[in-house]
Amino acid sequence: MSSLSATIQDVFNEPGCGKNANKSEAERKKGCTKQLQPGGAAGGCAFDGAKIALQPLTDVAHLVHGPIACEGNSWDNRGAKSSGSNLWRTGFTTDINETDVVFGGEKRLFKSIREIIEKYDPPAIFVYQTCVPAMIGDDIDAVCKAAREKFNKPVIPINSPGFVGPKNLGNKLAGEALLQHVIGTEEPEYTTPYDLNIIGEYNLSGELWQVKPLLDELGIRIMACISGDGKYKEVASSHRAKAAMMVCSKAMINVARKMEERYGIPFFEGSFYGIEDSSDSLREIARMLIERGAPAELMDRTEALIAREEAKAWAAIAKYKPRFEGKKVLLITGGVKSWSVVAALQEAGLELVGTSVKKSTKEDKERIKELMGQDAHMIEDMTPREMYKMLKDARADIMLSGGRSQFIALKASMPWLDINQERHHAYMGYVGMVKLVEEIDKALYNPVWAQVRKPAPWEKSGDNWQSRAMAQAEAEAAALAADPVKAEEVRRAKKICNCKSVELGVIEDAILANNLSTVEGVRDATNASGGCGACAVRIEEILAQMVSASHAIAAE
Amino acid sequence: MATVTVSKKACSVNPLKMSQPIGGALAFMGLRGAMPLLHGSQGCTSFGLVLFTRHFKEAIPMQTTAMSEVATVLGGYDNVEQAVLNIYNRTKPEIIGICSTGVTETKGDDVDGYIKTIREKNAAVAHLPIVYVSTPDFKDAFQDGWEKTVTRIVETMVEAPKSAARRDPTKINVLPGCHLTPGDLDELRTIIEDFGLEPTFLPDLAGSLDGHIPDDFTPTTIGGVGVEEISMMGQAGWTIAIGAQMRRAAEAMEKKTGVPFRMFERLCGLEANDALMAFLTEISGRPAPMKYRRQRGQLVDAMLDGHFHIGGRKLAVGAEPDLLNEIGGLLTEIGAQLHVAVTTTQSPVLERLPTEEVLIGDLEDLENLAKAKDCDLMVTHSHGRQAASRLKIPFFRMGIPMFDRLGGGHQLMVGYRGGRDLIFDICNLLMADHEDNHEPTPDSWRDGVGPSHAATSH
Ligand code: SF4
Repeated sequence: MSSLSATIQDVFNEPGCGKNANKSEAERKKGCTKQLQPGGAAGGCAFDGAKIALQPLTDVAHLVHGPIACEGNSWDNRGAKSSGSNLWRTGFTTDINETDVVFGGEKRLFKSIREIIEKYDPPAIFVYQTCVPAMIGDDIDAVCKAAREKFNKPVIPINSPGFVGPKNLGNKLAGEALLQHVIGTEEPEYTTPYDLNIIGEYNLSGELWQVKPLLDELGIRIMACISGDGKYKEVASSHRAKAAMMVCSKAMINVARKMEERYGIPFFEGSFYGIEDSSDSLREIARMLIERGAPAELMDRTEALIAREEAKAWAAIAKYKPRFEGKKVLLITGGVKSWSVVAALQEAGLELVGTSVKKSTKEDKERIKELMGQDAHMIEDMTPREMYKMLKDARADIMLSGGRSQFIALKASMPWLDINQERHHAYMGYVGMVKLVEEIDKALYNPVWAQVRKPAPWEKSGDNWQSRAMAQAEAEAAALAADPVKAEEVRRAKKICNCKSVELGVIEDAILANNLSTVEGVRDATNASGGCGACAVRIEEILAQMVSASHAIAAE
Repeated sequence: MATVTVSKKACSVNPLKMSQPIGGALAFMGLRGAMPLLHGSQGCTSFGLVLFTRHFKEAIPMQTTAMSEVATVLGGYDNVEQAVLNIYNRTKPEIIGICSTGVTETKGDDVDGYIKTIREKNAAVAHLPIVYVSTPDFKDAFQDGWEKTVTRIVETMVEAPKSAARRDPTKINVLPGCHLTPGDLDELRTIIEDFGLEPTFLPDLAGSLDGHIPDDFTPTTIGGVGVEEISMMGQAGWTIAIGAQMRRAAEAMEKKTGVPFRMFERLCGLEANDALMAFLTEISGRPAPMKYRRQRGQLVDAMLDGHFHIGGRKLAVGAEPDLLNEIGGLLTEIGAQLHVAVTTTQSPVLERLPTEEVLIGDLEDLENLAKAKDCDLMVTHSHGRQAASRLKIPFFRMGIPMFDRLGGGHQLMVGYRGGRDLIFDICNLLMADHEDNHEPTPDSWRDGVGPSHAATSH
């Protein structure tokens, strides 16, 4: 366990991670091992995150060491695509039982590895640690080492039991495992000046293939995609690439940065969502490869390709612009990628009435403001009813979100489109953008909305649950408007820090009483942002607001 | 008479099984205003949440005590308390149902003790119904979690009637196994009501997860059987238990309240429904309504029409014991042979299955055995689709999870009508497969391979 906690510390010291760099020394040490809120959260666990990050490696056997919950409830639930082996879709688990819990599960794990090699003979086996075997002290590193020696085959321990933290920590631990045991362990058959790594792309719904043909056309070889449609050998020899693209989610920043450090592979952060972003990314790839030895003419070819693809995409989208005139979109996503989708939708002529920023960093928010204007409606945590009200108030015509909030839109008879992991369509690159626009059009103009909004024959108009819920919300709002004392109470009761359960009022009081001006000060006084640190951005905003307010008073 | 063997493999490949605690959580979802709470790390809950959302295509209420590594070592009192208070404050549930997980069972948290202390310390939840069930996920399976949870709800929430005279013979308790869909429960409710009886289902997934539009944005379940109704179940005239898994719950009901019970190990197929009709006629004193006499005729007709297509089929079924018994039974009754039966956990019905051997195993076992025995129809949940496509045999989806087809929650199996529809669906699948893949050509006859079911009809 001690080496695991060292790895976790290391991950939290990740200088490439914007979120972490914003934290103080002490805070960074605590890292993302935040105390999650019991009874108020249900994101995935670190194991989940590690598996999400690595499972798109298609020819590897992914063996989950633990009770049936970890794999039995979850296998086969993500839509990454493979151009070759389908072994990754096979669920392997030790499914440990009571006896294993009492006597230890290492023997069963070792036997499982042997069975897999005998039956499936994959190029490598990844072994995932989960909570229960971690608690009873199963040493998967030792078992993997023994198996590696005995069977002469890479058996890679992924130390990411669920309870060490949330999903994004798991992503990073997965990256660490690759860095430690896989990357650099084999040599490619040949190299070219056009060898590129793509990091943090999972090829969900085959999205990568919307971009790959363009790279192929330019002669750029994806040496390894970590990990979408990835193959073990490719990743193992990816240290010979000339440059790398980090796909905008920061999940695997540690991999990109350490590969730069160790092997001198420069990387940039880019996105293939949206036309302009796609073009920027292609240019950047060409620029970096040229810098590392590719002939300069690559840039001319790249520009030509961009011009051709953009023209094609714009032409395809132009058709929709008249149909989208005056149509408004509400965008609710996990947050980090909001801005790249915002840009994409605006390209199609849609108006954005709001976007969620729950997990966005300060830079993400700045970017959104740039795109949507200063009073961009940014949504923090919302209850379903608030979300529904938002849909109505903003008179949005469609909601784009992850699967979790879909039912709010659908039950409210509002068009909805999935833009998260479980989506069925791929939205990357120029073709993906056109696809997204097509799908929005399909959703918006589906005649079903007129049908499902019709009241039942026995319903008096305006007497359905939606209008009752709205009326209730309005009554509450009116009551608050009439009662400033109550309104102030409600305003102050707003939770800013969820981990430590600190309300806005408490923070404001502390700032005023102690004349605080830094997030650290606020944390010392109130404990706010003492957990995951995600609310630090909000506290900064509060500080900024209060400072400008006090200046205004002073100026009077 | 089947013998039951347990797979000897160290590594389970392509699990058929799902964990016990989420089976328990699903049972709690059949209660109104309920919030199921898994006592464990948050991943355990999030996996269950995703699984149910993909199956029911509904928002699913489920919470976690979010045990961290440290909390796991120190014990989870604080987390349980915080979770209960948080849920209480945010969602005002009518009941909180707690299931343990492997994580908290390995340490051995005394959750019943915790609940007592939480109530003493927090007046707000002193009287809130909180039911705790021990469901470690390194033991047993989904169906067991459901069984234990329903039994526990009966033991803790049903009140013993003050006197036997207060019993109402028109009130019927129904304890359905987790193999029944919301659609099955709706059908049963209609049947029972048509005899002038008033059923109370525990749990009642038809009220909560049948895909209707909710009345408000409630973060808890939006329907199901209420706490009050459960407490009055002791006043019913009879309890009907469906599936062998519900025997313990029915016995607990009888022990506590004296309400006698009748077991129906199966409710799919002709004989099973004849037995149900006879029973309902007997306890209600009313003859079976015309509607069911006609439906019986339709089922008989469907069996006759279907036996041409199902007769001689070599079946491979992977399902939890009670579902395996239902579908294996029905198809055998119209001429299929249950060649391969794979299940998740022990149950008395396994020995009674119409096959030689039942294996407690995984989908790899199902696939290998189906291949070895040359099966030509596979029935299991959606995870079996890869195996069936590798074997190139028709695949019928049944059970949880069914994430790649719509309407899983409404698939009907019980009642005369359920059997009829099921036979039609399966036969249509077989016919389409025949048209697509087995139409004879001059070559197929010459090579002696022939269309597969021509071969089976010798
Ligand atoms: S939290 Fe732990 S026990 Fe639960 S699913 Fe994740 S790894 Fe498995």
